Formats: sequence, C-alpha cells, structure tokens
Amino acid sequence: MSLPMILSLGQTALELALFNSLTVLALFLSYSMLNVCDLSTDGCFALGAAVGAVVAIAGHPWLSIPAAMLAGVLSGLVTAVLQTRMGVNSLLAGIIVNTGLYSVNIAIMGGSSLLNMNKTTTVFSMLKAALKGTPLDGLSALIIGLIAAAAVILFLSLFLRTRLGLAIRATGDNPDMVRSSSINPVFTTTVGLCISNSFTALSGCLLAQSQKSTTVDIGSGILTVALASLLIGGVFLGRRRIPLRAVGAVLGAFVFRLVYTIALRFNLPAFMLKLVSSVIVVAAISGPYLKKQLPMLKRQLRGRAGA
Amino acid sequence: MLKLESISKTFNPGTMDAKLALDGLSLDVKKGDFISIIGANGAGKSTLFNAICGSFIVDSGRVILDGQDVTWQPEHARAKVIGRLFQDPMRGSAPGMSIEENLVLAGGRGGWLSTATRREKQAIRDRLALLNMGLEDRMKQPVGLLSGGQRQALTLMMATLNTPKILLLDEHTAALDPGTAEKVLALTTKIVEDDAITCLMITHNMQSALELGNRTIMMDQGRVVFDTEGEARSRLTVEDLLEKFREASGRKLDNDRMLLT
Repeated sequence: MSLPMILSLGQTALELALFNSLTVLALFLSYSMLNVCDLSTDGCFALGAAVGAVVAIAGHPWLSIPAAMLAGVLSGLVTAVLQTRMGVNSLLAGIIVNTGLYSVNIAIMGGSSLLNMNKTTTVFSMLKAALKGTPLDGLSALIIGLIAAAAVILFLSLFLRTRLGLAIRATGDNPDMVRSSSINPVFTTTVGLCISNSFTALSGCLLAQSQKSTTVDIGSGILTVALASLLIGGVFLGRRRIPLRAVGAVLGAFVFRLVYTIALRFNLPAFMLKLVSSVIVVAAISGPYLKKQLPMLKRQLRGRAGA
Repeated sequence: MLKLESISKTFNPGTMDAKLALDGLSLDVKKGDFISIIGANGAGKSTLFNAICGSFIVDSGRVILDGQDVTWQPEHARAKVIGRLFQDPMRGSAPGMSIEENLVLAGGRGGWLSTATRREKQAIRDRLALLNMGLEDRMKQPVGLLSGGQRQALTLMMATLNTPKILLLDEHTAALDPGTAEKVLALTTKIVEDDAITCLMITHNMQSALELGNRTIMMDQGRVVFDTEGEARSRLTVEDLLEKFREASGRKLDNDRMLLT
C-alpha cells in the first residue's frame, strides 16, 4: 500500500471518527453523567441526518445545522417526557421513540428512504470551494469535524460546571439524594436528554452532509458503536476531570475507528463492524465485572479440587 | 414554624395490606424547638418526616410550614427550606462528585447557569473547617472516598449551608460506630444551636431523647401518644418514658434497636 493511500485512508477514518465522536459526547452526557441509556440514539442520529439534508436541499446550508439540532432536542424531549411524566420505563421510552422515529424520518425525507445531496450546497461543499488552492485544500471535512467536536467539548466542560450541570451529574450519581433535595429530577433529566440528543442529531447531520447522502438506516447501530468508543475512551481518561474525560470520549472514537480500519485491512468484511462494536461493549462492561468475580471462582475451583 | 393539622396517610388502601401509617396526627412545632421523637417500630416516625417533606401527599389534613400551606407542594419545592438527614450516610451526597461540587450544589445560590464564585467557594471551605475533620483540604476529592461518619458530617453541612426553616434528622447517627456517632451528634447540636434551627430528631436512644432538645414526643400507631417539655420533661427518666408508653398503648415498647441507656 502506498503512502498517499494510507494517508487518504487515515484521513477518512479521522473524519468519520470526528463525526461519530459527537454521538459519543452525547452519550458522555446521557450515559456517563445522567446514567440513562438512551436507546433512541439510532433514530435520533438518522433524524438529524434527515432534517439536515432536507433543509440543505431546500437551499439553507447554514440553517440545516441548527435545524437538525433542534429536531434532536424535540426527540430528546419526547423520550424524557415519556420516562419522567408518563411512567414509561427509561429503556422502553428510548425504544418506543426509536421505533416511532423510523416513520417520522421517512416522512421528513418526503416518503423516500434515501436522499441524495450530490448537487446540494452544504457547509462542506461551501468550505471545500473556499479552501480550493490554499494549503488546506481537501481538508474541509476534517476541519468541520474538528470545529464541531471542539465546540461540543468546550460546551460540556463549561456546562457541567454550572449549577444545572452539577444537578444533572447528581441526578445520575445519586438519584436517592436528588429525590429528597431541592433539585427536580424531572427537570434535570429532561434538560440532559434534550442536550444530548441535539448532539446526536448534529452528529448525524454532519455525517450525512459529508457523504452527500442519507438513508433512513444511517443511524443503525450507532448507539453500540458510540458506547464502545465511550468505554474505550474511559480506559484512557476515565478518572480525570470532566474536560479531559470529554476529550477521552473523542479519543475513544478515534481508537475505535483505528481498530476497525486495521481490521478491514486484514480482510474483515465491512459488515462485521457492528459485531466488532458489540464485542467491544460487552468486553468493556463485563471485563471489570468478571475480574471482580475471578478470585471467588478461583477459590471455588480450589475448594472443589481439594474436596 | 411547622403545623400539622390532623394529617392521615394509608398505604395500600383498599387491599389486605392496607396500613394506616398516620392517623389524624396533629403537631405544632414552635420556632426554635428541638424535638426528639421516639416510638416503636412502625409507629410512623419516618412516615411523619415523609409527610412533612412531601415524599407523598397526605390523604387528609394540612401541612403548614412557616405560615404557608405546603400540603400540595412537591418534594423538591419544599426541600428548599427543609433540611433532611437519613440513617444511611450514603444517601445524602453524590459519591462521584467532589466535596466542593456537592456543597456548591447544596448551596444553590444564583441561577441555573451560574457557577460558584471564588468567594462562595472560600465561604464553603471556611464552613467545612468547622467540622474539624480536615475535609477543607480535600475539596477536590470525590465524596465516595470519605468514611460513613465523614459523609454524614458533610451531609449535615450540605443540609444546613443555607439555614433551613426546619431540619429533620431520621436516626442520622444510627449507622455510625459509637465514637463517630457521638461526634456527629455533637456537631449537630452545635450547628442547630448556633444557627437557631428548628429541628425534629428521630432517635432510638431513650437517654439522648431526654437529654437533647427541649421537647420529646412519643409516637404509636400513627399518633402522638405522649408529648412533654419544660420542667415536666426534665424530671423524666427512661423508666418513666417506658411506663408512659405502656399507659398510652397498653403494651410494652418493642423496638429491636431501642437503647435504654
């Protein structure tokens, strides 16, 4: 393999990792901070992609980004209302919204399950044109990904230090304490899910625009992929302060992509991506648990051998 | 300060497990009162606190806090002026957050999107130094690293950072070892006295029920069966209390954790 080819592969992997890292950061807020496993993530990712694509095709490339994020907020709001106000179990609320979003997304895309943006002016095509002839030529997707990831990390670092941010963290950390305190857990859960879903939608919007198309299935499996990235990131920077942990989440997305890209080079077929991510999530969650069980198992085995 | 007007609560109404936990209970707590509450298992002591805090809405009766009818107010709204400590020291603070973050959150001044100022953090530090536990030098450490006694002391600080209108202590030293329990109890009485906080304390220690505070009430089957203060109270002994209970309820006081000394 030639050097330019490796570089090109590396750049694509980096770009994809950056776009996905926004979903990882969303899970950093909902899963790590709020302790809610938001199963509507897949649908919300596709929702952001669909809304972003439709608005961009209608001729508003800039508007497409806030529009996608707003759609994410709404989706998060529905998930939050279901689980805080209507007695639906938190996991079930996510699944219900995810299922509903499938129809919603197709409706948004005008009844089609595929939208093409080949001739559409997007933020990417605009920046690409602007950078033509400069030393940054061809790096537009990378730049947008970097800016987006940096902006979200900055936002989370600042936000999680505010009283609302602390209240959201406390809601995930000790629900018993929050229930008997002056913090309204309904409010913190709702705000947390709205914000995290806006990042997920942004993630989908940018991925769709960078690859100039979106399908209704664009988000399928992204939750597991992002969760795997989050857990990998936690291995590196899991016990540090919040800003570093957020950087760790992005780093996790890079490492996941790297492992995956290398695996592809060893002729692992592309459709194995989701199995790989599932295995990583299981390993990351079960690993520490099994490690704790190990001494007990050893004792049991020894006891049996002795008897 | 706090007025309960014949409040009642039945759990699992209409089933075989129906239990009348509060039976038309009335209580008038004056400003600055420090009331110790004793009673057998299942007498409704914790249920009384839950009713005051709004963990549930009472079936009938009214809860009036500082002249304001809060009967229908949700728990988090009342919590702004009520401080509460539970028996479980793990319940009052967030283990994954630092000591400072926990206290800033409990301080709760300023808007949702504000952050704690340096002055505010310094004030928190100074107040924490009152505990004499060295916690003021560990502000950035996660609370999960603290011992049970330290965590309960921290919870006490969090509950009284903004002087509450009323402080509810639900056997808050019962899960601590005797030495630590004594220390936390001493801290509690000091803070309650210094800030002149109105306080209700459930205890299973009959002796401290009589020694601490200015008034003692005894509960049985969701009612107040004995209420004493002033001179009459200061002459009471633990034996007298047990006798009073027998008189009021017609049976012996049985609380498996009751300490008679």
